[in-house]
Amino acid sequence: MSNQKNTFVFNKENEIRAKEILLKYPTDRRQSAIMPLLDLAQRQNENWLSRDIVEYVADYLEMPFIKAWEVVTFYSMYYTKYNGKYLVQVCGTTPCWLRGSDQVIKACKEVISPEPNTVSSDGLFSWMQVECLGACVNAPLVQINDDYYEDLTYDTTKNVLQSLIDGSPLSIGSQSGRKSSKAVS
Amino acid sequence: MLKEKDKIFTNLFGDEPFYLKNAQARGDWDNTKELIKKGREWIIDEMKKSELRGRGGAGFPTGLKWSFMPKDSKLTNYLVVNADESEPGTCKDRDMIRNEPHKLIEGCLLASFAMNAHTCYIYIRGEYFNEAVVLQKAIDEAYNAGLIGKNAAKSGWDFDIFLHRGAGAYICGEETALLESLEGKKGQPRLKPPFPANKGLYGSPTTVNNVETIAVVPTILRRGGEWFSSFGRPKNTGTKVFCISGHVNNPCNIEEEMSIPLRELIEKHAGGVTGGWDNLKAVIPGGSSVPLIPKSTCDTVLMDFDSLSAVKSGLGTAAVIVMDKSTDLVKAISKLSHFYKHESCGQCTPCREGTGWMWRMMEKIGKGHASSNDIDKLLDVTKQIEGHTICALGDAAAWPIQGLFRHFRDEIEEQLKKTKAA
Repeated sequence: MSNQKNTFVFNKENEIRAKEILLKYPTDRRQSAIMPLLDLAQRQNENWLSRDIVEYVADYLEMPFIKAWEVVTFYSMYYTKYNGKYLVQVCGTTPCWLRGSDQVIKACKEVISPEPNTVSSDGLFSWMQVECLGACVNAPLVQINDDYYEDLTYDTTKNVLQSLIDGSPLSIGSQSGRKSSKAVS
Repeated sequence: MLKEKDKIFTNLFGDEPFYLKNAQARGDWDNTKELIKKGREWIIDEMKKSELRGRGGAGFPTGLKWSFMPKDSKLTNYLVVNADESEPGTCKDRDMIRNEPHKLIEGCLLASFAMNAHTCYIYIRGEYFNEAVVLQKAIDEAYNAGLIGKNAAKSGWDFDIFLHRGAGAYICGEETALLESLEGKKGQPRLKPPFPANKGLYGSPTTVNNVETIAVVPTILRRGGEWFSSFGRPKNTGTKVFCISGHVNNPCNIEEEMSIPLRELIEKHAGGVTGGWDNLKAVIPGGSSVPLIPKSTCDTVLMDFDSLSAVKSGLGTAAVIVMDKSTDLVKAISKLSHFYKHESCGQCTPCREGTGWMWRMMEKIGKGHASSNDIDKLLDVTKQIEGHTICALGDAAAWPIQGLFRHFRDEIEEQLKKTKAA
């Protein structure tokens, strides 16, 4: 699982951020910072967590490793393997499905890989189907790393993915030309 | 139709920037100190007069909920804002956070003061990364302007707000699971009692409120509880942000008057059902957890708590999911069953085992490999899950299935017979 035994430490920037995060919680409640610190660590490590990194974070917060590991495995946004430079998460829950998320998945299969959770041959991305992303009036949509691409069709999904391949990602948000969640009139 | 001048969220769509100076020009943070000077009793009283019911789904009266907080506790009181918006169909809080964050922040100060809390945590779903960035910027602006922090808005009240990002778990929208998560644990709901107002975050008295509930507080206090309660029907008052998704011409979020007829809501704001009103099959009127209603009910039903509960559904989060006649309803509901299976925290056996079992049975029915007896068995299982779990996720998984067969059983059985014959 890991080839970086005991080498992970927060870089200087993240060390500062971690200290700031700890100030949000009572001093005797360091464990409260586990989620933001795992997120920091994950961002520092190409968006995934090895067991050693989780051990480091657990030690940092003076909590048992198993409690930290429980958190890692309970929440869906911590990844225990590399997912490519871009992780494309396609919402497939009912409001997105009603508006054509199957077509978005079809585009992902064609451009990225036929199977989900599989890094593309060039290492650029992988895709997975996820549950409701909470932007249902802009369905269907995908989340790519931190960003939402909304109001997608088969074609615009392909455009978005191609823009990642080309190294110049399209603007985030609606791909149908409308602003936020306002009705087109 | 709600007049522009009566809208609370005038920047819901981000036509203007979210920054403090723009928010102030829209009326936010206007003499907040004076509102606080009127005192705790006055604030809670106005909230009671407004008849505001919680906007997170359960619809509990907000003023009453606030009055449960101990007034002279030696422990630290907390306000926790639930911004873990994850109920399928729902995306209203997202717009308030990214376009009107100062309404939320000012509401946090006023609500916290009313509940004797010096600290507020806002728990935002992890996927809302860009929204969290905006909210943190707005919080920083408010600190720098002296609106929060020591002697917040020169009111004499010290007040801190901390933003905490979740990491992808629907169950953390359940208030006690949210508190567990804030404490750095798996988000598994707690047994109640004790209720959070007695033992919440870190064992201290805590009130958990939805984003919309808190964000409407400053306007209610400025314009008066009676102004707010003049909209809608008694016990179903105020303005409300509705999310209209699915088979409509123009899906959107929209602030409207509570108790607006469902048909008017869809036709005036979302461009109508695709193919026209007569092409409507069914609507899920309040987010995935509430049972669907067939077109015949949609013709006349009003969008409020009591009207929807009278037709065995619910207002929930006011997320309207529209399904036209092209919809495979079994598949639509089966996808919700899959959602609940995925999001069950695993703590209670009926939910952990039942949600997966129900989903598999729904898939079986969808493929036509089922009989009328299977439907009976499925409905029986939904009854065994409902009410037998620590939190309401089990109920939420059972209700959409019950709603489907309550209204469309004959049609589905007909389909099963045809598949069998073929």
